Amino acid sequence: MNFDALTVVLVIPALAAALLAVLPGYWLTARLNVIAALGTFLVALLLFFARPPAGQYLHVDDLNNVFIVLTTFVGFTASVFSASYIGHELETGRLTPRFLRFYHAMYQVLMFAMNLALVANNIGVMWVAIELATLTTVLMVGIYRTHEALEAAWKYFILGSVGIALALFGTILVYMAARPVIGEGLDAMVWTMLIMHAAQFDPALLNVAFVFLLLGYGTKVGLAPLHAWLPDAHAEGPTPISAVLSGLLLNVALYALLRFKMLLAVNPKAVAPGPLMVTMGLISVVFAAFMLYRRRDIKRMFAYSSIEHMGIIAFAFGMGGPLANFAGLLHMTMHSLTKSAIFFAVGHVAQVKGTQQIASMGGLTETNPVLGWGLVLGVVAIAGLPPLGIFMSEFLVVTSTFAREPWLAIILGFGILIGVGALFLRLNTIAFGAPRGTTAKAKASYVPMFAHLALVLTAGVYMPPALVSWFQNVAKLLG
Amino acid sequence: MRGLDFDVAHLLAGSLVLISFLQLYQDRLYALLNVFAVHAVVLALSVAWQAHIQDAPHLYVTAAIALVFKAFVIPVALHRIIVRLGIHREIEKVVGVGTAMLLGMGLVALSMVVMLRVTAEADPLAREDLAFALAVVLIGLLMMVTRRNAVSQVVGFMSLENGLVLAATGAKGMPLVVEISVAFSILIAFIVIGIFLFRIRERFDTVDLDALDSRRGERQ
Repeated sequence: MNFDALTVVLVIPALAAALLAVLPGYWLTARLNVIAALGTFLVALLLFFARPPAGQYLHVDDLNNVFIVLTTFVGFTASVFSASYIGHELETGRLTPRFLRFYHAMYQVLMFAMNLALVANNIGVMWVAIELATLTTVLMVGIYRTHEALEAAWKYFILGSVGIALALFGTILVYMAARPVIGEGLDAMVWTMLIMHAAQFDPALLNVAFVFLLLGYGTKVGLAPLHAWLPDAHAEGPTPISAVLSGLLLNVALYALLRFKMLLAVNPKAVAPGPLMVTMGLISVVFAAFMLYRRRDIKRMFAYSSIEHMGIIAFAFGMGGPLANFAGLLHMTMHSLTKSAIFFAVGHVAQVKGTQQIASMGGLTETNPVLGWGLVLGVVAIAGLPPLGIFMSEFLVVTSTFAREPWLAIILGFGILIGVGALFLRLNTIAFGAPRGTTAKAKASYVPMFAHLALVLTAGVYMPPALVSWFQNVAKLLG
Repeated sequence: MRGLDFDVAHLLAGSLVLISFLQLYQDRLYALLNVFAVHAVVLALSVAWQAHIQDAPHLYVTAAIALVFKAFVIPVALHRIIVRLGIHREIEKVVGVGTAMLLGMGLVALSMVVMLRVTAEADPLAREDLAFALAVVLIGLLMMVTRRNAVSQVVGFMSLENGLVLAATGAKGMPLVVEISVAFSILIAFIVIGIFLFRIRERFDTVDLDALDSRRGERQ
């Protein structure tokens, strides 16, 4: 077996997980975690240049290359944030050293599972990887073992499993549709084979399969009305995991959905998958925007904001066409970067204040200027104000929709505006006014947060032509 | 001879749906576990029969896994958990038996209508299998929704997975990768659940999820 970049992307986290499971001590393991994540990211970058040919299990193409690089990058920055966050948790005694080992091992297993899901060329392997990622995050969410954390983990586990089960049923149906054309055996689950022959598949079977896949993976994406697990899971787990959940795992599930959408798009007789995704996307946007107003817990609020943005992304991909797909891809990238930056800030804020209740935070820009303004910048970015990157992508989504379906664009714009209002209302309480709660200085690592925000700002001002043409190419692939 | 092949497969898959119904109205945990064990045995038989008629020896592995783990190890382990926690009382239900049965029938009808219409061109054996499998999956889902007790939700989830195995084996020539992974993930899932049950017990002296429900929505 020759070791190409693709294999290494999977081997590093797997080895690191095994190592971290046995090594003791905070200093060593936290650094090892960062180094492993950095190594994975660097190797993932190599995939741009040296791309191994598609095998029966793994493959890399233009589409998943973007996802892999984004995932490993945020995985790396989140591990840097995690090192300082976990250090604080150990000091305050919320995490014991025994759970620390478990936490770091699980972090790498999660990275492994997400990478595997992205590079899988086999719809069965992809399913297994997403299941693995779900199970690891369930364990991570419950790690504090408080009343609330256990309930959140249990809810996530039950809903996630149901979603995953429905997705497996859909996967089996896709195999059933492929079997008469491709023949029995492994080939009928290999994605590159499926897409080549998808035009001849039985359209009726493919339609039903997609409904199951949409419900199944849609649960993991957190699209309303299947989102119930998401706010709890985000609010109760350790914040680095909230960042990874919001920034990455939701994307991975969406990626799976996109793969199957491409299959349907190739088949002329199958139902168009777009309207289904558009509907669920719109419901998510409007629903989450209204829900934002009633939030009192800061992590929960940003979890709802994630539902809103996943809705926008699903909407954009559902509309389809080169422009909307481009906007969807861009929005996904920007949302991952911005939302994880926000969670980095929120993690430290919650540690400084000793609570997640918005009501007991206040005047953050006075007491902790760097942290406070970082959070303000993050919220301004996620709200979609110019000149930051999310403004660009949201603008593209809305305008490209206006040209085709003005009514949908109005609803979408309405939802986005409602959400922006809620975000600024809460931001006002947290960041400005008289200081409330404890005013201790934060021992924080600001680098990951500002690195993300700088990238988002850069993308809003100037997109490198190479990146633009890459995204355009992927957008065409998506159909 | 094809006639017999079909009839036996049909019989076993049909019984699986029937036993799913039996699970739906069990209101004691021990009885529920016993019925689940029978469910798993019938699944094992059905998978073994598929292995025989498809001439696919690797399916016997799946059958053995179903028999050993689901029909024996897991029910025994859950039994012990119930004894240790002392929760062998009645299962609390969200909806009554009658309503649950009616909903179950509706779901079976739904899966027949959907699957039989969609798979009109597939071979009849796979069609029937898939329709039954969907019925088992949906009834499993229904069980998870209508029960509040952690143990019975686990059982609901496992019978749902049984339906998935039935579907996977009914799809002729489905690669082994998936079958083993299905079986394996059930095992992982069970470990996870086990940990959870243990933790919940440790913290609250109950596995009734109602006790956990202080946190619907938001802490005020």
